[in-house]
Amino acid sequence: MSIEALVKEFAEVAANPKAQLKKYKDQGKKCIGVMPYFAPEELVAAAGMVPFGMWGSNDKTISQAKEYCATFYCTIAQLDLEMLLDGTLDLLDGVITPTICDTLRPMSQNIRVAMSEKLPCIFLAHPQNRKPAFGLKFTVDQYTHIRKELEKISGAPVTDEAISEAIKVYNKSRAARREFVKLANAHCDVITPIKRSAVLKAAWFMPKTEYTELLTALNAELSALPVCDWKGAKVVTSGIICDNPKLLQIFEDYNIAIAADDVAHESRAFRVDAPESGDPMMALAQQFAEQDFDVLLYDEQSSSNRRGEFVANLVKESGAKGLVLFMQQFCDPEEMEYPSLKKALDDAGIPHIRLGVDQQMRDFGQARTAIQAFADVISL
Amino acid sequence: MAETEKTTVAATEAAPVKKAPKPASPGTQALRKVVSDVYAAAWTAKEKGEPVGWSSSKFPCEIAEALGLAVVYPENQAAGIAAQHDGERMCQAAEELGFDNDICGYARISLAYASGVETTNESRRVPMPDFVLCCNNICNCMTKWYENIARMHNIPLIMIDVPYNNEVTVSDSQVAYMRAQFDDAIHQMEKIAGRKFDEKKFEQACANANRTAKAWLKVCDYLQYKPAPMSGFDLFNHMADVVTARGKTATAEAFELLATELEEHVKNGTTTAPFPEQYRVMFEGIPCWPDLRALFKPLKANGVNVTAVVYAPAFGFVYDDMDSMARAYCKAPNSVCIEQGVEWREGICRDNKVDGVLVHYNRSCKPWSGYMAEMQRRFTKDLGVPCAGFDGDQADPRNFNQAQYETRVQGLVEAMEETKKLKEARA
Ligand code: SF4
Ligand code: SF4
Repeated sequence: MSIEALVKEFAEVAANPKAQLKKYKDQGKKCIGVMPYFAPEELVAAAGMVPFGMWGSNDKTISQAKEYCATFYCTIAQLDLEMLLDGTLDLLDGVITPTICDTLRPMSQNIRVAMSEKLPCIFLAHPQNRKPAFGLKFTVDQYTHIRKELEKISGAPVTDEAISEAIKVYNKSRAARREFVKLANAHCDVITPIKRSAVLKAAWFMPKTEYTELLTALNAELSALPVCDWKGAKVVTSGIICDNPKLLQIFEDYNIAIAADDVAHESRAFRVDAPESGDPMMALAQQFAEQDFDVLLYDEQSSSNRRGEFVANLVKESGAKGLVLFMQQFCDPEEMEYPSLKKALDDAGIPHIRLGVDQQMRDFGQARTAIQAFADVISL
Repeated sequence: MAETEKTTVAATEAAPVKKAPKPASPGTQALRKVVSDVYAAAWTAKEKGEPVGWSSSKFPCEIAEALGLAVVYPENQAAGIAAQHDGERMCQAAEELGFDNDICGYARISLAYASGVETTNESRRVPMPDFVLCCNNICNCMTKWYENIARMHNIPLIMIDVPYNNEVTVSDSQVAYMRAQFDDAIHQMEKIAGRKFDEKKFEQACANANRTAKAWLKVCDYLQYKPAPMSGFDLFNHMADVVTARGKTATAEAFELLATELEEHVKNGTTTAPFPEQYRVMFEGIPCWPDLRALFKPLKANGVNVTAVVYAPAFGFVYDDMDSMARAYCKAPNSVCIEQGVEWREGICRDNKVDGVLVHYNRSCKPWSGYMAEMQRRFTKDLGVPCAGFDGDQADPRNFNQAQYETRVQGLVEAMEETKKLKEARA
């Protein structure tokens, strides 16, 4: 398939998760909604079900969720609840609700209450002291709970072998996505910001075997192309999510390419692999323990500014000239880390802009002005 | 959350006082002294070159107490700063550092202070920290807040992580995780203190903390009497003691003294509340410290006494060994599931015989406010009492709208009156 045809496939999936959901249900598969962050999707796959990412929506309005939630919560969490309430996700067979931020804590309760007669909710509380042996043990306990709940839904035991197999499948898919991110940088004339986003977003709505096959084909096509001589600007994106095509269109309008990202919905989700040997449950716990440089996770070395420096390095190594931070409104974890990120970027002489966004944003006039001005700054 | 201040709003300040305020009772005075002593001890330690810690309100204080480490509590400090009307300025100072105005007001005030912005509230000045103690049972904001302080000052952070719990019971898995973290924390804090952990002193601190908790619960229970011998707003003030000095004998003694005073009031049928009680309500959430007067005014005008506050059960940590101590610290207001939260509240609503519930949708506290709408529905359904919510903020006065608050209180009073009439008609 041509690059164009491959990208089109990803874009169709990314733009219409509901149709994807229906497709798998029609094939007789069960599907599990997976809310952010760090849920062990491998277990869902090992249970023979399809994990479905839940990252809000760019074209919905919060209405029924207001019955549960005051206004000062991020739209991602509110729109997840909205889609559960309004029937968009009626075909799901269960939902995993992690609780690693202060919005997701009460949201896990709202969802369980609201869905009590409709959908099994599988609760997940990750530990923050995740690296020591006792932290690993706690993660294993939590994941064991998930495994059991998934078994109830699927009606069959989830074997260790199946988990080991799923780990391999996921590692491969993560490697392919890391590779794609690099190729997208080298071929940013072909893989524009909107396309890049669509390719990465599709991963949340496809079984990983299927996804990786398609992505490997795309990577092969891209590798065969000569590296592009990009004349426009290049940035690194950072934040929770930036998948709105209208917003990304502005990047394209001003010839800004995305060299790499520090985005939860993108690279932060596939930075770390799970070990392929040993006890598979422990391997998944280890994978979580090794997650790092993340606004949501406790940093044992918090007296230094590791995360800020990590992101600043990412900008340098990727050849970008600046960073665009998509700040989700009401997102405490991102907001709390902003001054440290800013400091690291300033120290490294990297310009950045911070764009306040939420998923109900429909007018991008201000963002356009800011991005245009930023493009001028970094092109100097 | 948690914390407080020694501004005696209910009895004195909030009422538009014409005459000089009544002197505080010996119990109240003793409680104030306990808190002042905590602040003074931190300064003394600093002068002697000993390390001073900043601790989140629900970090197990017993450990630092056993190690003889001086510790102050930023949440209490922030509440005090906010109550003395320096919160907005401090919040803005944090915003200038890049912290968004959506962030919890306590965190903003504390981060501004940590960065070197001095407060006008002299009683709440603290020495800069040499280490920080973080327990995120109340929120995850705490984790990043304390990491930021550690980063600003390049100091060690001791982290006790309490994952959110979806069940009423605390699992053995969680207890094991907590216990291991306690051991780790002790180990790290021994290094900071430069002395060995003394089991005997620890047992004493635990005994004190239990005694304080029991005396605190006893004080809270006096709100069950009709009329209540005090205004529930006073409990907000006394929170300062449970937050900053649970592990000290003086705290337990001061609460016990206050309890005898309340006992006396009950016997005599008197009260320290500055108005006759017509309605009794639960106040849900942390009060708006900068606006205590504004909060109190329409309540007083309508004879509404606060006879239940969620803090009461939330700070009564009673335990008898390390495992049950671990379990106790897992049960903070924002770390428990909705069923536990509802059970706590409905328990005190029933015991303290409330006619209604006033819910603070606190812009600062996302974990707290995030399931209040559902809780409100349950209160109405299970208790048959009206509820009213208002928008506010515990520390940033810019998020409180007095006119809206007054309307909501008015609505609540009318609904309570209606319910009362219905009940009387039925009787
Ligand atoms: S991390 Fe931020 S964006 Fe994500 S759910 Fe929590 S508050 Fe919302
Ligand atoms: S977010 Fe809530 S619980 Fe956390 S410090 Fe602020 S007020 Fe307290």
